[in-house]
Amino acid sequence: MTALTKSEMAERLFEELGLNKREAKEIVELFFEEIRASLEGNEQVKLSGFGNFDLRDKSQRPGRNPKTGEEIPISARRVVTFRPGQKLKARVEEYAGTESQ
Amino acid sequence: MTKSELIDAIAASQAQLSLKDVELAVKTILEHMSEALASGERIEIRGFGSFSLHYREPRRGRNPKTGDTVDLTGKYVPHFKPGKELRERVNLGLQAGR
Repeated sequence: MTALTKSEMAERLFEELGLNKREAKEIVELFFEEIRASLEGNEQVKLSGFGNFDLRDKSQRPGRNPKTGEEIPISARRVVTFRPGQKLKARVEEYAGTESQ
Repeated sequence: MTKSELIDAIAASQAQLSLKDVELAVKTILEHMSEALASGERIEIRGFGSFSLHYREPRRGRNPKTGDTVDLTGKYVPHFKPGKELRERVNLGLQAGR
């Protein structure tokens, strides 16, 4: 199955809400950009019914170059995690697909 | 940031649409994304990340109140993998001391 992309989201805003194509495309871009900007500023994003984008700070840990076996530390970093909300989890659980993705 | 703050931020970043229109648009986008995942479809947003379903094997669980064992069927759970631009920008935030 093909994946949902920004252009299909914009298409739906055009069809269902009557935004013109330029506006629809801009709103979809802004939707993802504003979420990124919030996370970049270390602020979690909570979208009720869908889920939360949280931030976790990881301290430096030892790692290894898998090719050479050489030890190199993995630097401290901040990562984004997504916790799906109850409503989304319930809707997805009902999916009885046979292919795992 | 909550959904209504996201709606405010988007509305403030553009000049054409009313707050009401932006609110409807955000709700439509989230419904579209939920629908896609509920029908087993992936979501791919370049520079942001991808959403897919991960399968959880059936397992034997326990009712924490009564201690009874219950057989839990296999199920799918939503999974998000951040894209390159999002990973880099979030890390820059850390380096900038935010």
